[in-house]
Amino acid sequence: MARIEASGKPCVVNPLKVSPPLGAAMAFMGLDGCMPMLHAAQGCTAFALVLLVRHFREAIPLQTTAMNEVSTILGGSDNLEQAILNVTERARPKVIGVCSTGLTETRGEDVRGDLKLIRRRHPELADVALIHAATSDYKGGLEGGWGAAVTAIVEALVEPTHARDSRQINVLAGSHLTPADLEEIHDTVAAFGLTPIMLPDLAGSLDGHVADRYVPTTLGGTNLDDVRVMGASAVTLALGLQVEPAARLLESRCGVPVETFPRLVGLRAWDDFVAALAKRSGEPVPNSVRRRRSQLVDAMLDGHFYFGGKRIAIAAEPDLLLGLSQFLADMGATIACAVATTDVAALTRAPAESVTIGDLDDLERRATGCDLVVSHAHGRRVAERLEIPFFPAGFPLFDTLGAAHRLSVGYRGARDLIFAIGNLFIANQSGHGVRDRQGGHHAAVAAH
Amino acid sequence: MLQHKLKDLFDEPACATNRAKDDSERKKGCGAKPLTPGNAAGGCAFDGAKIVLQPIADAAHLVHGPSACEGNSWDSRHALSSGPELYRTGFTTDLSEMDVIYGGEKRLYRAIKEIAARFDPPAIFVYQTCVTAMIGDDIAAVCKVASERLGRPVIPVNAPGFVGKKNFGTKLAGEALLDHVIGRVEPETTTPTDINLLGEYNVAGDLWNVTPLFERLGVRVLAAITGDARFRQVASAHRARLNMMVCSQALINLARKMKERWGIPYFEGSFYGVPATSQSLRTIARMLVAQGAAADLLARTEDLIATEEARVAVELESLLPRLAGKRALLYTGGVKSWSVISALQDAGMVVIGTSVRKSTQGDKARAQALMGEDGELFETLTQREMYRMLKAGEADIMLSGGRTQFVALKAKAPWLDVNQERHRAYAGYDGAVTLAREIDRALSNPIWRQVRAPAPWEA
Repeated sequence: MARIEASGKPCVVNPLKVSPPLGAAMAFMGLDGCMPMLHAAQGCTAFALVLLVRHFREAIPLQTTAMNEVSTILGGSDNLEQAILNVTERARPKVIGVCSTGLTETRGEDVRGDLKLIRRRHPELADVALIHAATSDYKGGLEGGWGAAVTAIVEALVEPTHARDSRQINVLAGSHLTPADLEEIHDTVAAFGLTPIMLPDLAGSLDGHVADRYVPTTLGGTNLDDVRVMGASAVTLALGLQVEPAARLLESRCGVPVETFPRLVGLRAWDDFVAALAKRSGEPVPNSVRRRRSQLVDAMLDGHFYFGGKRIAIAAEPDLLLGLSQFLADMGATIACAVATTDVAALTRAPAESVTIGDLDDLERRATGCDLVVSHAHGRRVAERLEIPFFPAGFPLFDTLGAAHRLSVGYRGARDLIFAIGNLFIANQSGHGVRDRQGGHHAAVAAH
Repeated sequence: MLQHKLKDLFDEPACATNRAKDDSERKKGCGAKPLTPGNAAGGCAFDGAKIVLQPIADAAHLVHGPSACEGNSWDSRHALSSGPELYRTGFTTDLSEMDVIYGGEKRLYRAIKEIAARFDPPAIFVYQTCVTAMIGDDIAAVCKVASERLGRPVIPVNAPGFVGKKNFGTKLAGEALLDHVIGRVEPETTTPTDINLLGEYNVAGDLWNVTPLFERLGVRVLAAITGDARFRQVASAHRARLNMMVCSQALINLARKMKERWGIPYFEGSFYGVPATSQSLRTIARMLVAQGAAADLLARTEDLIATEEARVAVELESLLPRLAGKRALLYTGGVKSWSVISALQDAGMVVIGTSVRKSTQGDKARAQALMGEDGELFETLTQREMYRMLKAGEADIMLSGGRTQFVALKAKAPWLDVNQERHRAYAGYDGAVTLAREIDRALSNPIWRQVRAPAPWEA
């Protein structure tokens, strides 16, 4: 069991954390026809927008209520109303996701009350779903904000029902899953003859497709009508601890049982997922899936030489950290240094002696002597200064092509992750032959 | 305090836009129009302040606020340094809920102390943000105490996001420099040809494209404010003989007040494009000579301009036939709305339109004059319209910043970054060649034919 330690510094140095409202906005981007909106000064949106654009390399719909000095003092409900009307007029969204922020939470804005009044005053908004995620910049991180938005979506849209469709499966996805991951999950669930409802579905909206016309909102993502009937599903698969509260809400509202999968990376994790689908569907595991499992087993056999004894330094949001570090530990590596953005109880399950709640400076100070640094793009400079190979993971990845298409779940994802990280170790080995003579190098050569 | 600053800034005698307003309009503040909720794009005052000050490379920049302000934005601009890297380190108090309830001043002080002890910077800039302003944290008081106890300047930058747009934040940063930095250090030596460059942030190394020109002329850049700057340089900037405002009106209050306090004349110029660069060099020479520099500077400047223009003409020669008649759409701000036009026209291109949302009346007039009647000035250019123009082939390429990059790419149109995230320097004579070369590279890439062709089964 890992010990959780506070960084203890009065000042964050090289932040690891991005803000919860950004996470919430990103979750809203997994809804079709959505315009997310930060209830804040316009700078909050500008910063978040730049990061999202650079990460996904996509045009990103994100608006602002443009709070100014006067509305900060007198209250933001007029700005919220105007923003909703303007966006509706201009972009014709099916849904507007309002994320509150440090500014509006500190003021104590009653956003939900405001939304009710706005709806009452404007019948023209009848066809637009208005959803509020109560996020603030000073509490939590990306995953926390994402989770809050998913809960808010469920709360606002899912209709109470006691009907049950045994083939319909809810899949609540965390922010640690990329569009490529979501595609893999969707296809695997479908391979068992089940019908998944993915929420949020970034694979539909931010998978990097080129539309043939200009769309100011999200194009693709979870259809709102599908969200409304999630109460009739046979089960909710909560992929990541960040979406468990949303799954529990669905359970209490509609009686849909919950199965939580905190991790999906690696053989055992994906085995559990596939086994659950097989059991649920009563179908045998398809041959294509068995074949891929075999490929992963082979990749583990080929790759373990390079992972054994390697010391890893990882900094990430909690769900991502838990999944990746367990995968690396299962390949024989040691998690020598783990830094997480926020303190969640599950971090004690990390395969490390301790997890520091901190920043990239904490990572840098503890990663000396490690063989690999894993973190979002800002960690690259840490790795460069320490002269350690770097593997990008998380958000933002602004200096990496194909951030949306990085696959790590599923047998294929784990297989390719072994190759990608293993190849980093190999490339580094050849450059430092002398030092590596004592390490895994011998065994690896012997294996050839 | 902040209220007085705002009022003072809303009354800027050197700003033509401000002077054109009547009294009641003037009180409403600067920035063309109030922001429209649900239809706004762009940075806040805090963003603007940071853009101006952060390039001071040996200083620490500490953001007093919650995670969004620094966590979502740090180390994202490519303002380069030739030495210290401390300015690229993200420092923030990262307020917690407890700090919001009980106040964040103590945490701020401890953060400043920690930075001083661990990194020993010559100065620490402390940025106010929306939340800390709302809970009433007095950063000026904390900075004052910290300065005394820690024996180094700790400078409050009071530009919380909600007070205005990015453009307004740049001016508040100028005020912070006037109140706490400029004039606090005497330079070791002065020369009759010392100049400052205001609003030149050395994005992608722009500054380094022009400093060699100054060296050849014997003109010394006492301080670039703030590209590749050191704290001491900026602090001693009051001894320059001339201020050039490189980035339009961003620091006009600074230029005007430096003139009032220290008698430093100023002018507005640009280093984008050959004509603008030559014009700026001429103006610098003329104004320095008027200030007492040796008169031979004028002739030497003309020689340099002739040599450089001839050299660039040769380098551009092979590119000209490839770029001739190509139509560009320009979506950027301020001085670039016109200075880049002339750079493109040098290369034989046609500019069909330029955005002027952050430009002054002067910028707009210049842009229109350069483009002629057919060129359009866009006060607002929606992404939808941008997409339509590119998709319909009304423009062959768009030059803009990262946020609109994917509007162009989704229309399957070539695009080039001319804003702060770019990796190439476009300033000066060499920059003009680089820009032409990059445009050619974007336009002539073989992917355009491939990605625009329908799939075989759709043809």
